[in-house]
Amino acid sequence: MTSPAPLLDVSGLTVSYGAVEAVRGIDLTVAKGEIVTLLGANGAGKSSTLNALVGLAPRRARRLAFSGQDIAHLPTEMIVRGGMTLVPEGRRIFPTLTVAEHLLLGGAKHAGRGPLAETRAEMLALFPILNERLDQKAGSLSGGEQQMLSIARALMSSPDILLLDEPSLGLAPQIVDRIFALVSDLRSRGLTILLVEQNVALALEIADRGYVLVNGRIEISGSAADLMASAEIRDAYLGA
Amino acid sequence: MDIFLQQLLNALSLGGTYALLALGLAVVFSIIGLINFAHGELMTTAGYVMAFALAAALPFPLAIILAVAAPVLLAVVMERVAFRPVRGASGTTLLLTSFAVSAILRVLFQNFISARPVPVPMPAALSGVINIGPLHLGIIQSISIATTALMLAGLTLFLNRTVAGRAMRAAAEDFAIVRLMGLRANGVVATAFAISGLLAGVAGLLWVAQRGSVDPLMGFLPVLKAFIAAIIGGLGSLTGAVAGGFLLGFIEVMLQAWLPEAWLPYRDAVAIMLVIAVLLFRPQGLLARKTVLKL
Ligand SMILES: Nc1ncnc2c1ncn2[C@@H]1O[C@H](COP(=O)(O)OP(=O)(O)O)[C@@H](O)[C@H]1O
Ligand SMILES: [Mg+2]
Repeated sequence: MTSPAPLLDVSGLTVSYGAVEAVRGIDLTVAKGEIVTLLGANGAGKSSTLNALVGLAPRRARRLAFSGQDIAHLPTEMIVRGGMTLVPEGRRIFPTLTVAEHLLLGGAKHAGRGPLAETRAEMLALFPILNERLDQKAGSLSGGEQQMLSIARALMSSPDILLLDEPSLGLAPQIVDRIFALVSDLRSRGLTILLVEQNVALALEIADRGYVLVNGRIEISGSAADLMASAEIRDAYLGA
Repeated sequence: MDIFLQQLLNALSLGGTYALLALGLAVVFSIIGLINFAHGELMTTAGYVMAFALAAALPFPLAIILAVAAPVLLAVVMERVAFRPVRGASGTTLLLTSFAVSAILRVLFQNFISARPVPVPMPAALSGVINIGPLHLGIIQSISIATTALMLAGLTLFLNRTVAGRAMRAAAEDFAIVRLMGLRANGVVATAFAISGLLAGVAGLLWVAQRGSVDPLMGFLPVLKAFIAAIIGGLGSLTGAVAGGFLLGFIEVMLQAWLPEAWLPYRDAVAIMLVIAVLLFRPQGLLARKTVLKL
């Protein structure tokens, strides 16, 4: 049996900020339809990895392919137009723009009003709360609503793969549950997901596979079930 | 009271021009963190194109269109040639680059045009005065006030009703995320420069209409004032730049009118002292806002 080429295929990815080498030559693949999680302590290089994949962090790689296409030298806007986008750490909404404006700009790559309106209607069905807040400035939303807006803004570009950077950061437990339910739901609709999460137990619960980053290197990788059972992970992250 | 009203009109006219210039500086600063000192040369360019177009006996409306289009084009070229290669560099690097661009353009004006003022023969009809009761409102002055209002309204509509305008507001808050939405960074920056060129061009025309001539240094002082106005307003805040422009125009006109004769040579110094006083109480400017300048 030959498995199809992965949607995202990375090898030897290195991210350096001047003298600081945050990611040191990692290999990583994500197949179509998978949820893959990237775990690790604070400062391990998780955000640097995601930012580098979309071209927002300085990157070098032996191989950086998305949908079979080399994206190593594409600027962020072209990568996003090609179907990979990121929900950044800390949400990064535009406080003075309205909810509707976020959706409009998020869908900038759609040519014509038809596809834009269609995607927007999908988003409002997925996040009814945003429908009630359309003309509100994003800065006046609660943390949970801002996270939903940040996800909706990213989804407006109709991506094939969504990179999520700590979507549960600073949110109340019941909101976190809703966001994770949503991520599972998105996957069942065919979206591929690469998830960075501090909440290791929750992430492994919805993921198919995972990687553990330590100081910019992948130390452990495997299926979610194996990682959950691993003694190292239990000791380091699950506190059991 | 009438004298006060008269001065208020003068302040509106002068302050409006400062506001347009400050707005042009703020539009670019809010997006790439550059204070473009070559903004003054954009203004001067509008003046020269107007002078040459009128000298060539082109129809007045066409002369105006050319005079406004030239700085728009120059601003976009400036960005492409001088500022794009240093985009994302430190504030000091950007500032020095803009000083260099400004100096080069001034030398070009001096060597290829003239170091001396070139007359801009505005139509005689524009030099009239409208008398409303005791008030004397110059025609150029009223055009200046109306044009400022029109430009401000147009820019507001652009920023709030178009995709490109909204992308610019978003870019002022977080440029990286604008790119993450698939919007082309270069397009957003080029739009900002085009708008700053348009604002400088219109301000330049209003300036030469009052003075009747243009020289290589014409843009220097008004843009220095506009820079001060933008700082009073809180650099990066567009509303602040407009408020700062009008405030500075108001302060200058009122000082000119009420300062004792012996003090008049120090008018600008007194104006700047008042500005420093404003900044002592609000160091972040009147309407400052945090801007994210990451790319
Ligand atoms: N823009 C940056 N400039 C310099 N160093 C950075 C930058 N971003 C992250 N780093 C450094 O890179 C390392 C990895 O950071 P990051 O990728 O944010 O880790 P994580 O997301 O796993 O917490 C840290 O040491 C951090 O200080
Ligand atoms: Mg992080």
